Amino acid sequence: MKVYVPSPLSSYTREANTVDADGASVAELMADLDRRYPGMRFRIINEQDEIRRHIKIFVNREQVRDLATPLAGDDEIMIVCALSGG
Amino acid sequence: MSKRAGGSARRKLGLHLLIGTRKGLFFLRGQANRRTWKLAGPHFLGNTVHHAVLDPRDRRTLLVATRTGHLGPTVFRSVDMGKTWKEAGRPPAFPKVHNSDAKREVDHVFWLTPGHASEPDVWYAGTSPHGLFRSEDGGVTWSGVAGYNENPLRGKWGGGPEDGTPDGPKLHSVIVDPRDARHMYLGMSSGGVFESRDQGASWSPLNRGCAADFLPDPDPEYGHDPHCMRLHPLHPDRVYQQNHCGIYRMDRPSDRWQRIGRAMPKKVGDIGFPLVLHPRDPDMLWVFPMDGTSVWPRVSPEGKPAAYVTKNGGKSWTRLDRGLPRSQAWWTVKRQAMAGDTHDPVGLYFGTTSGEVWGSRDEGTRFTLLARHLPEIYSLETAEA
Repeated sequence: MKVYVPSPLSSYTREANTVDADGASVAELMADLDRRYPGMRFRIINEQDEIRRHIKIFVNREQVRDLATPLAGDDEIMIVCALSGG
Repeated sequence: MSKRAGGSARRKLGLHLLIGTRKGLFFLRGQANRRTWKLAGPHFLGNTVHHAVLDPRDRRTLLVATRTGHLGPTVFRSVDMGKTWKEAGRPPAFPKVHNSDAKREVDHVFWLTPGHASEPDVWYAGTSPHGLFRSEDGGVTWSGVAGYNENPLRGKWGGGPEDGTPDGPKLHSVIVDPRDARHMYLGMSSGGVFESRDQGASWSPLNRGCAADFLPDPDPEYGHDPHCMRLHPLHPDRVYQQNHCGIYRMDRPSDRWQRIGRAMPKKVGDIGFPLVLHPRDPDMLWVFPMDGTSVWPRVSPEGKPAAYVTKNGGKSWTRLDRGLPRSQAWWTVKRQAMAGDTHDPVGLYFGTTSGEVWGSRDEGTRFTLLARHLPEIYSLETAEA
């Protein structure tokens, strides 16, 4: 499925803004992203398996907070870094 | 992730200042005479760089502790002085737990220490909130030091998030005794100084004689706020610390700190963050006092910055301010942002909260401005190779 990657993470995806990845859940998708782009998952998900503060994951434009959320093959995933701080 | 960044790949590296800032990492490369310096960088632009350290054992491995606001903490590694970088495969992180009260998340890696000479690939990292991590592969993968991170007393020693610095509690000053890889020290802001004789498997507080004016108990076992601790590399029984409550010295095997900051001028006081030891003379060290009165402005006292040096283990201190601004200079120097080289005479360097780098080729007798207009400087280390 297609995953939109925010610019702060594009150094992991060789500057690509959209990438393909697979998974039957958000958790599996994150694992697949990390296989394809090592280190990327830990930038999105902390060691307690929680989505980092200021990072949001949208599935078909609906925000999800639970990594167990199921995914279908034609879902569109968007990872967003909130703009904050100075 | 691999990154390429600016910088030269010369085999002969000379003298470098590794400057960690709120917005990236910079190098100042010095000529042999230490008169001419060239600024390079930034690397990791937009990342806060809390610490950058070149391994003195191989003079090749450079580790950098970085954090962006959104993406969390990590460690980068270079073996070509910044020409290329590779991110740690497993950065420092606490174990996953299911009890929500026990959940801990590394906010930033604050301190990096190369391990003992007999363990060439070992490094230690101190984090915020308090955590101690060890790498056995030169910084590629990191694991928690269970004797500290899982110690049932750890929460009592360091308290909660409200007991740390304004930027969060910090574990720092991880020191390995050059005579014995099993003998270690660490500092917690707050929590105090702790010592291990079994390579981190167990820890004991080492705070007798040290003030903790902010606690009701005049002589608590722990809960102190060491800002920076240093052990003399050639005389490892001599330990110094710049504390929230003064400057102290300890001569082991004594376990009592002596407040050597009492000899500082009353008008200046003995509060500050950094502390630098002479590489050969255990009686000589430098501090950089700041205003720790009233609400703790954390600026140079009266806006007149100065280093102070003692040449007799703290019996007396001399002000060093030649070349520095005479007034209206409201910056200060953080605990990791002052360092010396090993030349003779020793070169002394510091980075300021206003983004300036100052240096002295004559042990602080006279300072010159080496760089300015950098972001707020968090750390400065010398690297000689």
